[in-house]
Amino acid sequence: MTEHVRVIIIGSGPAGLTAAIYAARADFNPVVLEGEPSSTSDQPGGQLMLTTEIENFPGFVDGILGPELMGNFRNQAERFGARMHGAKAARIDLSGRHAAIWASDATSQEPTYTADAVIVATGARSLMLGLDNELRLVGHGVSTCATCDGFFFRGHRIAVVGGGDSALEEALFLTKFAESVTIIHRRDSLRASKIMQDRAFASPKISFLWNRQVTALHEQGGSLSGVTVQDMAGGAEERHDFTGLFVAIGHAPNTDVFKGQLEMDDLGYIMTQPGSTATSVRGVFAAGDVQDHIYRQAITAAGSGCQAALDVEKYLAAQEA
Amino acid sequence: MSVEIIELNDQNFDERIKASKTPVLVDFWAEWCGPCKMIAPILEEIAQDKNGQLVIGKLNVDNALQVARRFEIMSIPTLMLFRDGEPVKRVVGAMSKKALLKELDPALAR
Repeated sequence: MTEHVRVIIIGSGPAGLTAAIYAARADFNPVVLEGEPSSTSDQPGGQLMLTTEIENFPGFVDGILGPELMGNFRNQAERFGARMHGAKAARIDLSGRHAAIWASDATSQEPTYTADAVIVATGARSLMLGLDNELRLVGHGVSTCATCDGFFFRGHRIAVVGGGDSALEEALFLTKFAESVTIIHRRDSLRASKIMQDRAFASPKISFLWNRQVTALHEQGGSLSGVTVQDMAGGAEERHDFTGLFVAIGHAPNTDVFKGQLEMDDLGYIMTQPGSTATSVRGVFAAGDVQDHIYRQAITAAGSGCQAALDVEKYLAAQEA
Repeated sequence: MSVEIIELNDQNFDERIKASKTPVLVDFWAEWCGPCKMIAPILEEIAQDKNGQLVIGKLNVDNALQVARRFEIMSIPTLMLFRDGEPVKRVVGAMSKKALLKELDPALAR
């Protein structure tokens, strides 16, 4: 049975849940398609669910834990009547008068929901290296979640791949457990913020392999036993005996279900009209990391979620006028 | 209706796993693991749905590092299915109920 709703919000990170708070307070009884549990950053609550302390979200003088912050967002949205549905959007059809959304099962005859307006806030997921045995080694030395798995790497020599804030945050967290943490980065300088760089350079456990990329993962008895890295310039390869590998090399937008329906840039991020959250389809708005690969902060995502809800309010009012 | 969920630790693990006549699905988890918390309600549902066929055992790795080491747990949540005291299936990472049952059902049917 298809249910018609006024507003559906796809995604439950800072953007989706802020949109839900505003849309619920405007009496639209929004449904939030929250996503499904996973350990790879596309789970309900979004990327912050895999982090520890958030120190730069305004309003929390002493910081707050990522999962706790997202729990608060969710409770606040529910308090005003947003309905949470723990499923992924498996299929979307934006060609009709109303958007049609299939929750979790793409093959069922009828869509789960039709909606007057849609807010897309599906965010971005962490990229993996794309090496042959990488996925098989997840849980056996390769990890997609430093906060989940750091504990098991007590005394290990660990490599973190990447040069942004997430990479340094993971590296610093892992120094609590590991014997050493080596950051492997493709360039000769870091992209991360000054404060994170200062902390990483000050840590006696952290060292750097500059201008290098990982080209192979070695295993012994089904677990990671080493990593081959290649010099970006000369091409020379060397092997290091890391038994832990954490990858933080960037993100890709979760826009597969919208391909061919919404205008996107070359990287697959949804295009919005300047000064607005409106997409190329009427009644469909986008907020958060799914349309932003520049700022990518919880606070900017939340801000654009608010904008999307206000844009929806204006759009629906014009429809009724 | 509530079903029994076994609390496991380093001291009682072997005894409880061996004594169980029904297969035990052991959930290696910890307080500080976000994805572990996400799947906890799913495991409770599975315990209800499969009451009599399957028991859930919760193993907090903070209280059971020896057991976690013995099974070379390097990532949580990890779920391990034990039948007659022997591990028969291992699933790493959080996932939806549907995806989890797809992994577990063939192992349970055997």
